[in-house]
Amino acid sequence: MTKKDSKNNRDVTIHFMPYSEISRDDSLTRIKKIVGLVLENRIIILQGRLKPEEETKLIETTMTLIGNIKGFQGVEISTLSGDTDQSLFNKIRHNIARILVGEQDAITLIGPASFIKEIKRDPKKIELLLKRK
Amino acid sequence: MMIKQLKEMTRKFWSKFFKSKGQVKLGFYGPPNAGKTSLANKICQDWLGEDLGTVSKIPHETRNVQFKEKVEIEKDGRKLEFKLIDTPGIATKIDFEEFMKFGMNKKDSQSRAKEATQGIIESIKWLDDMDAVVIVLDSTENPYSQVNITIIGNLAARDIPILIVANKIDLKKSSIKKIQSAFPEYKVVGISAKSGEGMESFYDEIFKLVKRAK
Repeated sequence: MTKKDSKNNRDVTIHFMPYSEISRDDSLTRIKKIVGLVLENRIIILQGRLKPEEETKLIETTMTLIGNIKGFQGVEISTLSGDTDQSLFNKIRHNIARILVGEQDAITLIGPASFIKEIKRDPKKIELLLKRK
Repeated sequence: MMIKQLKEMTRKFWSKFFKSKGQVKLGFYGPPNAGKTSLANKICQDWLGEDLGTVSKIPHETRNVQFKEKVEIEKDGRKLEFKLIDTPGIATKIDFEEFMKFGMNKKDSQSRAKEATQGIIESIKWLDDMDAVVIVLDSTENPYSQVNITIIGNLAARDIPILIVANKIDLKKSSIKKIQSAFPEYKVVGISAKSGEGMESFYDEIFKLVKRAK
């Protein structure tokens, strides 16, 4: 690896992942895909969201990597959901849509903690703060 | 998919069957430094006269699951018995250099970070075994953290009753309202594990929570 390549390895890439890329995968494959991209210093903007048990699996997997992969500090993750309106009608509508087309009504940001300083989230927006190099 | 759902139904059936015969396992979950151990200590001091674990300003002080096999509380003529389980704080990242800012040397910081990652894995594994959970949040912090959402989402998916505690209400920046608006589907009770403020309401809610778990 040349010096230039090594420097490029520290660059960060934004990776947009449409829901169709993971919709047919089982949980393990989804986690593997995401962790693989994070280890390539990619910040993933995922259309949709992971299931709660997939999120914990992702945390468990990344925890086992801390200390074993140089410079890896874990991940930053945040989901902005489309179901902020809690009215009964909207809840039912959202649940039907979820059964039919999956969890597409959300955006999830996942990236390496070594690059992301903070993900600020409030009910309606996500702000991504990167570390200065 | 069908097999997975059947497995989950069977698991819930057997866990409810055995739960009714044994002691309720009450877990304390939340992010690091929210005051889980401080609250567990407060309960243990109130009813057993002893502490459960050590507390510190340095994050990830609790790195192993800690128990009190039998805690018995009494209020208004009612009695309640449960097993108290205090878990390490769940986080998505750990940087050993953060510990060095608290004056720890590099070697100790690295070792603390390693233990903290194992503690997080242990906490997650224990989620399946809980009968009811108290989520302890720092009421001075933004509640919309993904860790909070992930823990609550996992417990909801497992049908485990939840009580949210907004800790540190003695501090100026504290806001119970923020936590209530972030999790409107759950009961939120404001306390200060340090000063004891709000503990009476907390014990009332614990009776209700454990009843839901039975």
